[in-house]
Amino acid sequence: MKIIVAIKQVPEREAPVRIDAGGKWIEEANIQWAMNESDAYALEEALQLKEKHSGEVVVLSAGPERAGTTIREALAKGADRAIHIACDDLGDRDALGVARLLAAAIKPENPDLLLTGLQSDDLGYGQTGVILAELLGLPHASLILHVEKTDAGLTVKRELEEGWFQNIELPIPAVLSMQSGGSKLRYATLMGIKRARTKEVRTLSAAELAAPVASSVRLERIALPQKQKSTQILSGTAKETAAALVEKLKFEARIL
Amino acid sequence: MSSILVVIEQREARISRISWEALAAAQSLGAQLSLPVAAAIPGAQTESLAAELAGKALAKVVRVEHPLLSAYTPDGFTSALEQLVRAEQPGYVLFPHSYQVRDYAPALAARLGQVLIGDVTGIGDGPTFSRQLMQGRLNGAYRHSGAGPCFISVQSGAFHADAVQAGSAQIALFTPTIEAAQIRTRPGEPFRGSAQTVDLGSAQFIVSVGRGIKGAENLPVVEELAAALGAELAASRPICDNGWLPMERQVGSSGQTVSPKLYVAVGISGAIQHLVGIKGSQCVVAINKDPDAPIFEVADYGIVGDLFEVVPAITEAVKAAKQ
Ligand SMILES: Cc1cc2nc3c(=O)[nH]c(=O)nc-3n(C[C@H](O)[C@H](O)[C@H](O)COP(=O)(O)OP(=O)(O)OC[C@H]3O[C@@H](n4cnc5c(N)ncnc54)[C@H](O)[C@@H]3O)c2cc1C
Repeated sequence: MKIIVAIKQVPEREAPVRIDAGGKWIEEANIQWAMNESDAYALEEALQLKEKHSGEVVVLSAGPERAGTTIREALAKGADRAIHIACDDLGDRDALGVARLLAAAIKPENPDLLLTGLQSDDLGYGQTGVILAELLGLPHASLILHVEKTDAGLTVKRELEEGWFQNIELPIPAVLSMQSGGSKLRYATLMGIKRARTKEVRTLSAAELAAPVASSVRLERIALPQKQKSTQILSGTAKETAAALVEKLKFEARIL
Repeated sequence: MSSILVVIEQREARISRISWEALAAAQSLGAQLSLPVAAAIPGAQTESLAAELAGKALAKVVRVEHPLLSAYTPDGFTSALEQLVRAEQPGYVLFPHSYQVRDYAPALAARLGQVLIGDVTGIGDGPTFSRQLMQGRLNGAYRHSGAGPCFISVQSGAFHADAVQAGSAQIALFTPTIEAAQIRTRPGEPFRGSAQTVDLGSAQFIVSVGRGIKGAENLPVVEELAAALGAELAASRPICDNGWLPMERQVGSSGQTVSPKLYVAVGISGAIQHLVGIKGSQCVVAINKDPDAPIFEVADYGIVGDLFEVVPAITEAVKAAKQ
């Protein structure tokens, strides 16, 4: 099975969020970057499928040069090769624009299976996989935890709300948006990291993929959220705040 | 003339709560823009639900009915609603941001050359649509431009179901053309996960732990606080994803909904998918080292600090108070 996994590099979880001078994005200067969490689960599922059924895992990422470190991480975990769509204007493209870019790179590869994460931890659109299926004319399912290959295609386990699940059968080629938690993530081994250095990373420019940039939806400005409720912040040493909290819970909230 | 179309979702043959919220959002957008609002209800049997919708302030209710819409499939719903949108030509199409909608609305929008503005929490002048970025650490304001329709899905809890205006509406039937061969996925019956042995739903005291705990080996820190309070232990999703606690202890949109007297959130950032599960809590205490963590927007009491220092101190204080 030939599997393409689309991954995105996002600010590391505890990265500081400071709004930049333009008011449309955060200052990127002092940020550490990481693989988007649900994308890491998509990669894990792809690697496990390859281990069971053999084949090839290709990672695909659109982003500026720094995305290369996340691509190497995926290769170190076991992906066979990578396609990097060099693109400095991701932020100017809406979800459809980014999907068009990815679709242009995917088409000539003709994969049996295309996996994406469910949603990015930065912009959180949660649409890339579903739009890719539409653009490529493939069946899809989203919020997927497990993938089982069958004679007819695939049986996948889909998460529903409030602790419910559902199995879905679908033919391949197909697109799946993977939810987190379906399996345990592996770490890259030293050997893997070494091998990753020699694996193929093909760089495509956004221009040569000729995907239109024009977007119909624009992010106009960003802002820190406003507090909805008047939170009482208790301060002092750990001991003082703990004592103050117990006081409050006993005499103000009357729940202890 | 332009109009607003709101797509209603049914769950177990009833209109889902978040659909009423989407309807409230559509009515408020309609008032802002002086546009009529219509509701569409897709399914195989929509008569009684359409009758219920007809009691609301709507220009009309459209039953989008076809036997192949009896079980949800992305192919069936995308095709049916594409036909409806082409026929009605609304300026705005609103949805509830449910698991079902996130599975097909992006494809529907793309088929019409548009992009869904998803998970919207508010509608401002313009109109601009606000939604969260960076897992709730930022808000973004979005604007649609060019020819429509503009597709919007609204976040659970962002609009109030009881704000839906009553009225009376005509009911129309729309029969899309769908062939069985168009539907490429075969959905199975929903089933529950592993047996539930803890009932967080009725717990009065809950200590809930998030990724701030760093590793399973640190769980005793919160277990001791839970024991001192006589509380159940609960967790955010990553804790269960990592297998540090069983999934039945997960609180949130894909876990359990809780309504305790006291909910202590330890090292939890406060992403919306977590917060929807704790809305019914009487008192929320948050302990987090990041003063800007979204959890502090919903907490009654907050302590900004390192949980590894603060939580043991609270455990001691609770024990002392209970003696
Ligand atoms: C479709 C979908 C469904 C989902 N369903 C759920 C769900 O049901 N339940 C759920 O919880 N999530 C759910 N999520 C995930 C959700 O979006 C968040 O990713 C998740 O809730 C984050 O968990 P967290 O707060 O523990 O981790 P993080 O967001 O990583 O936050 C960790 C927090 O710990 C703090 N911290 C770190 N170290 C310390 C320390 N030493 N002392 C004090 N504080 C510290 C940090 O400041 C940070 O705020 C879902 C997501 C999707 C897309």
